[in-house]
Amino acid sequence: MSDKQYKLTFCDGSGCLKNQAREFRRVFEEELQRQQLQQNVQMHLSGCLGMCGKGPILIVNPGYIMYGHLRLEDASEIVREHLVNGRPVSRLIIQEDHLYNRFFRIFGDSEFFGRQMRIALRNCGVIDPEKIDDYLAMRGYEALAKVLTEMTPQQVIEEVKKSGLRGRGGAGFPTGLKWEYTAKQSDPEKYVICNADEGDPGAFMDRSAIEGDPHTVLEGMIIGGYAIGSRQGIIYIRAEYPLAVQRLKKAIEDARREGFLGERILGTDFSFDIRICLGAGAFVCGEETALIYSIEGARGMPRPRPPYPSVSGLFGKPTLINNVETWANIPVIIIDGADWFSRIGTATSKGTKVFALAGKVRNTGLVETPMGTTLRDIVFGIGGGIPNGKKFKAVQTGGPSGGCLPEQYLDTQIDYESLAKAGSIMGSGGMIVIDEDSCMVRMARFFVEFTQDESCGKCTPCREGTKRMLEILTRITRGQGRPGDIEKLERLGTMIQKASLCGLGQSAPNPVLSTLRNFREEYEEHIHQKKCRSHECTALLTYVVQDNCVGCGACKRVCPVNAVSGNRKEKHTIDPKLCIKCGQCYDACKFNAIAKV
Amino acid sequence: MSRLITITINDKPYQVEPNQTIMQAADKLGFHIPRLCYHPKLSIEGACRVCIVEVEGMRNYVASCAFPVSDGMKIRTNTPTLRTARRDIIELILDNHPQDCHTCERDGNCELQRLAASMGIRARHFEGERKRYEKDLSSEAVIRDPEKCILCGRCVRMCSEIQQVHNLTQAHRGFHTVVMPAYNMPMGESVCTACGQCINVCPTAAFLEKNYTQELFEKLNDPNLVKVVQFAPSVRAAIGEAFGLEPGLNMEGQLIASLRKLGFDYVFDTQFAADLTIMEEASEFLERLQNGGVLPMITSCSSAWMKCLEQFYPDLIPNVSTCKSPMSMQGAVTKTYFAKKKKIDPRKILSVAVMCCTAKKYEAARPELMFDGMRGVDIVVTTREAAWMIKSAGIDLVHIQPEEPDHPLGISSGAGAIFGTTGGVMEAAIRTAYELYTGETLVDIEVEAVRGLKGIKEGSITMDGKEIRVAVAHGLGNACRLLERVRQDPSRYHFIEIMGCPGGCVGGGGQPYAQINSIPLDDDNLRKRAQALYDLDKAKTIRRSHDNPDVQKLYKEFLQSPLSPVSHQYLHTHYKAKTPAGIIPKKERTMSGDSK
Amino acid sequence: MTQVQTEKLQTLREAMQAARNDAHPESYLIGILHKVQEIFGYLPREMMDEVAQTLEIPTAHIWGVATFYHYFNLEPIGRYVVSVCMGTACYVKGAAGVLETLKKELGVEVGKTTSDGLFTLQEARCLGACGIAPVMMIGEKIYGQLDSKKTIDIINQYRKAAAEEKSAVGAEARRGKP
Repeated sequence: MSDKQYKLTFCDGSGCLKNQAREFRRVFEEELQRQQLQQNVQMHLSGCLGMCGKGPILIVNPGYIMYGHLRLEDASEIVREHLVNGRPVSRLIIQEDHLYNRFFRIFGDSEFFGRQMRIALRNCGVIDPEKIDDYLAMRGYEALAKVLTEMTPQQVIEEVKKSGLRGRGGAGFPTGLKWEYTAKQSDPEKYVICNADEGDPGAFMDRSAIEGDPHTVLEGMIIGGYAIGSRQGIIYIRAEYPLAVQRLKKAIEDARREGFLGERILGTDFSFDIRICLGAGAFVCGEETALIYSIEGARGMPRPRPPYPSVSGLFGKPTLINNVETWANIPVIIIDGADWFSRIGTATSKGTKVFALAGKVRNTGLVETPMGTTLRDIVFGIGGGIPNGKKFKAVQTGGPSGGCLPEQYLDTQIDYESLAKAGSIMGSGGMIVIDEDSCMVRMARFFVEFTQDESCGKCTPCREGTKRMLEILTRITRGQGRPGDIEKLERLGTMIQKASLCGLGQSAPNPVLSTLRNFREEYEEHIHQKKCRSHECTALLTYVVQDNCVGCGACKRVCPVNAVSGNRKEKHTIDPKLCIKCGQCYDACKFNAIAKV
Repeated sequence: MSRLITITINDKPYQVEPNQTIMQAADKLGFHIPRLCYHPKLSIEGACRVCIVEVEGMRNYVASCAFPVSDGMKIRTNTPTLRTARRDIIELILDNHPQDCHTCERDGNCELQRLAASMGIRARHFEGERKRYEKDLSSEAVIRDPEKCILCGRCVRMCSEIQQVHNLTQAHRGFHTVVMPAYNMPMGESVCTACGQCINVCPTAAFLEKNYTQELFEKLNDPNLVKVVQFAPSVRAAIGEAFGLEPGLNMEGQLIASLRKLGFDYVFDTQFAADLTIMEEASEFLERLQNGGVLPMITSCSSAWMKCLEQFYPDLIPNVSTCKSPMSMQGAVTKTYFAKKKKIDPRKILSVAVMCCTAKKYEAARPELMFDGMRGVDIVVTTREAAWMIKSAGIDLVHIQPEEPDHPLGISSGAGAIFGTTGGVMEAAIRTAYELYTGETLVDIEVEAVRGLKGIKEGSITMDGKEIRVAVAHGLGNACRLLERVRQDPSRYHFIEIMGCPGGCVGGGGQPYAQINSIPLDDDNLRKRAQALYDLDKAKTIRRSHDNPDVQKLYKEFLQSPLSPVSHQYLHTHYKAKTPAGIIPKKERTMSGDSK
Repeated sequence: MTQVQTEKLQTLREAMQAARNDAHPESYLIGILHKVQEIFGYLPREMMDEVAQTLEIPTAHIWGVATFYHYFNLEPIGRYVVSVCMGTACYVKGAAGVLETLKKELGVEVGKTTSDGLFTLQEARCLGACGIAPVMMIGEKIYGQLDSKKTIDIINQYRKAAAEEKSAVGAEARRGKP
């Protein structure tokens, strides 16, 4: 291996693939052949590096030089300059990207490094996810071997309990307790489920984790199966993630072949196998009882608990359900120990949390940080702040179940309790940054529209209540808000929170209630003054030509309804009666002479 | 018995049994927590959220129908915030419901209406878009009106859990959820057995029987028609409830008098034809028994069961008796024997049946049952429709002077009366078959083994040293489990009675809606209705079908003898496999429980 | 049906027989419906009937499932499925505008297929390509950083490709004539 001069890592995540990563690789290989350099390099594929906005991505080692935004024609230049002449092509290097650099430097290690720390994603971007040997080289399946040979199931559960790990799917239930309850059931038939039905808009942690390191999830599940006394695991994953499914399938086959799955694992008496079940496009199936119904081939509609799945789950049998990120933490806890793990994080929230950072922020992508990191650290540190000189307005955590936190909460530490206290939730890890250009009423409306659309329709508060909330929000954004609407939203919201059947319904009003708490004045402006300060609500804005108009006529040409008039080289005007507010004139004007008021 | 635990409801402590829900405990203590989707016979849905209560230490409200009590639990059922939440939930249901209470068939006996009144909903705060769907009028028996549906899911659970027909499902999701058959097929083309149990459990008017009252009122005023009516045994045991009387009163005489006042020229009793059915059915059974015919023989009185047979169990068609149901036999002899006797053109006879059943509407329209180009029964109305007509015509059923049925199709035996309850047909058949077979009189004619509400009942009698094993199932789900036994071991039974509805005809899909503070298909209520029929049996001097003098006369004057060619022409029919074929999941077929 | 479809259908029928004998046949239902859709592009009624009969699952149950999950199509779909990502990032960056543009350009509402059978318009939950928002997916291909002009241009490329293919086939057919 060492005779290779360069080690090249190509990101093979979905985001990069969409950006022609494979084509780029093909061209690059052709170029290597042409230069007869194949013998000098070692090529690797990696899972998603969490840098989807900058793909395709190529990393050249030594030196951790990362290239991004690559185009096919760049291949020959990199080969010639960097690999032949030893001069990295500086114009293609992504430099400001401290986010990635931190990721990469810590690979194989589990120490603090800057603001990030990778436990769940420790191998993502480091190993080739389709090679079990790569995983083994990173101490893969060592935890499993340790558990099977040195630990009793009870000891495993104690270790997980002691680690303080809590469910990463949203609610934050102590993982060890869940294992203990399930283990206690005397039924000989039990199930282990991995919830990979990641559905929050803007969240792609689970997808990346599986695409980048599928074996970690398998190993976690096998250990879970051993701890609770189960023989069968099921991974419930969105059908929308074909690459993740394909890699899981390969990983399962490889693990079976190597004796980590199947009968008599590693020669012990313990047998365990894993099957993949596909979802079919229903957000509510992330709720555990709905998920179980879905695996059972039914409509994914939650049922009242108790009984909890740990007592009566899949096929009525005791069932242990954890999400992808939770499972990915397990092998590390076993190898490095609960004591080590529980030193990371805050008093009540241990370890790290992965976030999908998106929205109006410079660096978007996956971020794994120790619990206790502040929102400010993530948004302005790792995320690099708000682009285009815009002002920060809020950060939305927890997806459609979460809340919008404004400036004054930026120093909130990220842990389950602090986020809840601030009026949001940890959720599964979506984190959307919102700048001044976004209207908070519309933001709330967007999330309610999502939950309304994804409501299973079983319980009245969620089915009917979110519909009414959506109607009220819609009319507010259309300038038809009425006095009393805010109170109605609060009344409905509180009732839906307290009376809905499942977590989806109970948290559906959160985006509305949290924006009402923190951005009430925006609602009031919409309703009483018919104004949207972000100019996002088209019904509440007017396009006006300003004095710096040079009369070029670009706006006039694009206007689909001939609402723009004016002679050449004279200031134009827009007839508000004709204007349909399509915004094409605004986009077409090269002089920023058209304003939204 | 397990140790009692202490719970607190509204600040007062109570000792209650563990292992029950808050609602169950509260019910026993006299707290009626409002509810909608809950039904004691069905699985817990927890969907409507009307029965929410506050439990100390819980962040959110809990659904009392689903949440178990525990020691030291502190429950509040009626705080101001809880009342507001509950009120808002019911308003949300109303906001997505047609506002046509005054013109709705369930006006006055709608659970939603009652709930809204009890919550004091006097304003609508959240009105908005409302769902709009077409009514499905395709079925002869059951109308589906999704616009009225509030998605409590009781019909779906009834159809799948109790009846195991699995015709209904919730389709689509969220705000767009609709209860419908597969592929949104019209009810008339679906596997619906027309049993009408969805109507019984529906809290609103999302399911209704196809209503024939207007047509009947018009025909009752047609001077060219001879208006003849028959009424089923269980109608008399239940119709009083529609007039606010308590369950289990036999209103036979009052019903006869009321039907006459309504304009019928002749009021006959379906119990007469029940006796006739026994003559034919018992003879058919003995014929099969003695001549190596297909056994076990299965009864054919229940029209929902007949539709179920043709779609779900075509392989068992040879086992089913060829006898028409009592209603259809009565219709047949009305338009033949009675018409001849009275010298009436049978085509001028309006033959009406008042039935506890919605499926009888479907049965009456079956082409297989026609004879001489005529239908035996022209119009079927349910107990509910009849009660409404009587009220609508200003007749005071409660206080009216009781009257006797007309001849020659009015006299009946006690055996005919008990046809209306599960096990009754079997008991009646045993009474007659025993005597026909042995030539001796059966002394102990009350067959306890086939009485009661157990889902599947088994028994045996010995006739001339031969053991006859019988079984009885009521409700199509129980029937399904019983028939699975038959499929596995055809020689296990000789004779089987199946009634499609829970409790038999007394629990029919056309019976009066539950009164205030009672539950549709409540077991106590079913038992009381059944008891009314057993009491009627007991009070009769003639208790065996073959002793009915008018039946004997009918044979002498017209039919000759049971199973004669004339009988076959008018009183027997045939069945054939029909599509769409029904599917019962393997799991349910093999489920052992005999409950419900 | 093409050769490939026939073979896939055969494989599917074998899978159904295997599922039928499992302790929990119904737990294979959604996977089987996925395969049906893979073959036919939607869930034909006859296939749902066949699944119901083979797995002994009531048809109404299958219908309830098929209508619950948005992934399943109940009607035949167009040659190209255009899915507009309505995830948060895309939303923030103007996905609603892209959708409006497509509705106007294609003349269909969401969930419907154009009369020429070429395009079916859909909304999608987050496609996981937030970095290049707003995005749409046509078939398996993702298009990012969209505005209305770019969107229309892309649609026109597909139209053009389809038209060329058609005329090529037509020309071939004409040449084939003696």
